[in-house]
Amino acid sequence: MTVQVSRRGLLKGAGAGLAGGSLGALGFGGLEPAMAAAVRPFKLAQMRETRNTCPYCSVACGVILYSLGDRSKNARSSVMHIEGDPDHPINRGTLCPKGSALLDFVHAETRTKYPLHRAPGSSEFKRVSWDFALDRIAQLMKEDRDKNFVAKNGDLTVNRWTTMGFLGASATTNETAWLTYKTVRSMGALVFDNQARV
Amino acid sequence: MTNLWMDIKHADVITVMGGNAAEAHPCGFKWVVEAKAHNNAKLIVVDPRFTRTASVADLYCPIRQGTDIAFLSGVAKYLLDNDKLQHRYVSAYTNAGYVVREGYDFQDGLFTGYDADKRDYDKTTWDYEIGPDGYAVVDETMQHPRCVMQLLKKHVSIYTPEMVEKICGSPKETFLKVCELMATTAAPERTMASLYALGWTHHSKGSQNIRSMCVVQTLLGNIGMLGGGMQALRGHSNIQGLTDIGLMSNLIPGYLNIPVEKEPDYASYIAKRQFKPLRPGQTSYWQNYNKFFVSFQKAMWGDKATKENDWAYDYLPKLDVPTYDVLRGFELAKQGKMTGYVIQGFNPLMSFPNRAKMTEAFSKMKFIVVMDPLKTETARFWENHGEYNDVDPTKIQTEVFELPTTLFVEEEGSLSNSSRWLQWHWQAQDAPGECRSDIEIMSEIFLRIRNAYKKDGGAFPDAIVNLKWDYAIAESPTPTELARELNGYTVAPTPDLNGTIIPAGKQVDGFAQLKDDGTTACGCWIYSGCYTEKGNTMARRDNTDPGDRGIAPNWAFAWPANRRVLYNRASCDPEGRPWSEKKKLIEWNGKQWIGFDVPDYGVTVAPDKGVGPFILNQEGVARLWTRGLMRDGPFPTHYEPFESPVANLAFPRIKGAPASRIFKDDLADLGDAKDFPYAATSYRLTEHFHGWTKHARINAILQPEAFVEISEELAKEKGIAKGSWVRVWSKRGSLKAKALVTKRIKPLICDGKPVHVVGIPQHWGFMGLTKKGWHPNSLTPVVGDANTETPEFKAWLVNIEPTTPPSDAVA
Repeated sequence: MTVQVSRRGLLKGAGAGLAGGSLGALGFGGLEPAMAAAVRPFKLAQMRETRNTCPYCSVACGVILYSLGDRSKNARSSVMHIEGDPDHPINRGTLCPKGSALLDFVHAETRTKYPLHRAPGSSEFKRVSWDFALDRIAQLMKEDRDKNFVAKNGDLTVNRWTTMGFLGASATTNETAWLTYKTVRSMGALVFDNQARV
Repeated sequence: MTNLWMDIKHADVITVMGGNAAEAHPCGFKWVVEAKAHNNAKLIVVDPRFTRTASVADLYCPIRQGTDIAFLSGVAKYLLDNDKLQHRYVSAYTNAGYVVREGYDFQDGLFTGYDADKRDYDKTTWDYEIGPDGYAVVDETMQHPRCVMQLLKKHVSIYTPEMVEKICGSPKETFLKVCELMATTAAPERTMASLYALGWTHHSKGSQNIRSMCVVQTLLGNIGMLGGGMQALRGHSNIQGLTDIGLMSNLIPGYLNIPVEKEPDYASYIAKRQFKPLRPGQTSYWQNYNKFFVSFQKAMWGDKATKENDWAYDYLPKLDVPTYDVLRGFELAKQGKMTGYVIQGFNPLMSFPNRAKMTEAFSKMKFIVVMDPLKTETARFWENHGEYNDVDPTKIQTEVFELPTTLFVEEEGSLSNSSRWLQWHWQAQDAPGECRSDIEIMSEIFLRIRNAYKKDGGAFPDAIVNLKWDYAIAESPTPTELARELNGYTVAPTPDLNGTIIPAGKQVDGFAQLKDDGTTACGCWIYSGCYTEKGNTMARRDNTDPGDRGIAPNWAFAWPANRRVLYNRASCDPEGRPWSEKKKLIEWNGKQWIGFDVPDYGVTVAPDKGVGPFILNQEGVARLWTRGLMRDGPFPTHYEPFESPVANLAFPRIKGAPASRIFKDDLADLGDAKDFPYAATSYRLTEHFHGWTKHARINAILQPEAFVEISEELAKEKGIAKGSWVRVWSKRGSLKAKALVTKRIKPLICDGKPVHVVGIPQHWGFMGLTKKGWHPNSLTPVVGDANTETPEFKAWLVNIEPTTPPSDAVA
């Protein structure tokens, strides 16, 4: 179902046809290839276009992401340019001061890149492996759940866990939200919230 | 939003109150500009500050923060006194004629049944009188002394223009102009759109702020209409989705409820939620609650949820308090009762009230896990950053994990915007470093825990080891697999509405096909239709817009059932003819409802059947009076913020909002006007999005440094020069920032005395590329809205004085 129409590619094709046609009609047929060779192609024309939505506010403006890298085995793709999607019915190609600067957000120096761990009382983070972090987190959670899970309140079955809190992120996708919901609720957690309140 | 962004272009009047759309939602606000340019619309802005939205308004009216209910109740009184109502709409489509049972009353600011110790109401009397036929008693003449219309007239009678001016500081003449302009939309063909955001929700009575505009909009007949409606301009890109999917203490996806412990089994749980029509023949979505609930349980636990085990009812946790919301969660942490917190893409150290309390709470937990694409302050609450985070790491024993996650450009999936559109997006680049998606991280943690329970046992493993988890790659479920679960599918052959059998394993077309017999599964019933057998409807990109309605019905998917304007049956008169041909959404053609939008009504239910148009409500009509559905009263009532520069003029005995929860220590942490004479409020800037954009270079250059905005009058009184350093402090904390002395804020005259407003934008911290600064949460009180526990960030008290720069700053 993935739709990856290259809007710019489409326009470029249409424009070339028109130019060729009119020049040809004027009797300059031979000039066309020479002219085409002399004009430097748009850098953006070589890029892959991907449809996305702005991650900031709830207007959800459509954006087009331009990236280098064709997804072949050893080519890492990287976004080089972001602009408003003119096909999008709400923003019709426009972006605000936040959305216009999205590229700097994507490539921010202060993005997290590696799992970090801070031991109790320590003054610094240390880089750790994913396995170390995930094993340790799962162990800490299970230890607490086994210790503090409340199965019964008198005769009532209550099956709740209220010593471990969870915060969902309202910039994540619905699919992430659903998976988070499944895992958190299956453990009986009730201290559970997201940014809706703040 | 009841409507959608593009629809704003049809409005004749637009009111922005409790928000600042021009700066916070700039591309959505373009539709307001469109309405002004091409529909001759008039824009009203009511705000303590002369914002950029106000700068393009036709009518700007100042207001003291926290007094919106007094203002809008004054508008309602004006409409009633001057007979500016959409009469047929009010009589046919609202509960104005419903008779309220005896015993209900309102005296001295309190409704019947108040318990001061519990700060709560016994709401027994807050209901309709039920007649011998079992239905609510209705007086169509609206003359019965206990009918909603008469009670409403009495309730708003105190909010005269003079009282509004005294409480709100809004000049009487300007207030009356606002009333007159809003009143023009009582004409059936004219509509007003109400745009609001956190300026209404960030209050101890936030829900009632919104309710008070609902009353106005209902009297004017503007709900369900093109260019009308209540437009909640939500915050984050998927705050709507996270709420829809119920990532809150007390919710199940699709606004179902987590059971409370006094509902020991499925029968007792569902009995309380069984739909009982309040009027003859009334239908409602909620008559299908059992189908939505059983299908949810099947989506969670598959064949382990059976009729015999009450659809695995025991697998759900049961609540002993109304909610374990964030305010309660961190109160418990401060008391040392929380072991840890898993925090996905969230920066609570800089977004929950009373930062000192937050630091204390984090320091008392054994561990926290922060999953974020950015290096946040929360993950570094233990790290010393001088004045900006003055802590001693050696004294903090909390173990901290910071896990790097992907950004929007590195993943695919859907987000739900304010228009309730689920829009799919695609991946464009590889993630940097060792980033992983939130889906992978949560899966990896879950699978480790599940395996440990399988291997070693432990506390109640059943709900964990039986969780349905049949993804192709267990450690990395795909967004498509998850979207298909949200939509719902058949697990056994089951008949559709026409009796045709749908085989097992098929995606359902919509929630109408869900069953309570275990033959269907559905993660979130309101999202049903987002991924059917025809494919991913969220990925649709057909922007054609028949009739230029601003609907684009084949762009993405809108919940529920791809309906773009909620309550659109109310856009037609009782006979099924549109109130306005120009604003036609649907109409009755003699056989069925047809038109531009999906009808919010039975498609073949004839208008003369008497089914009310508001089929989300038991009554089938819009509520001017909300029975016992709101914790703090069936009518909105003016209460002052918990910290207020003036006493409650309407009800002098009452301090704060009577039914808002406040914890003991937080109550002791409230200051008063003697020590903290200025009315503070927080807000956002157009160049920044919360704390994220301070990590983006261009935004950090555009707005590099924190400031506090004050009037020229206050600056003069306190000897504060433009651009100089000030200290602002409350009972709970202190911050420093540069003074921005402007004409945008002016003193408000309330009850004859000037009230100075101090504005504190919220975008700085000690991480990122901007200069370091503080968030207003260093100062704000820990008290939430009575219904939602949304903290009171928009109205509290501070003091201010000139000061020296922070040690690392250049003067």
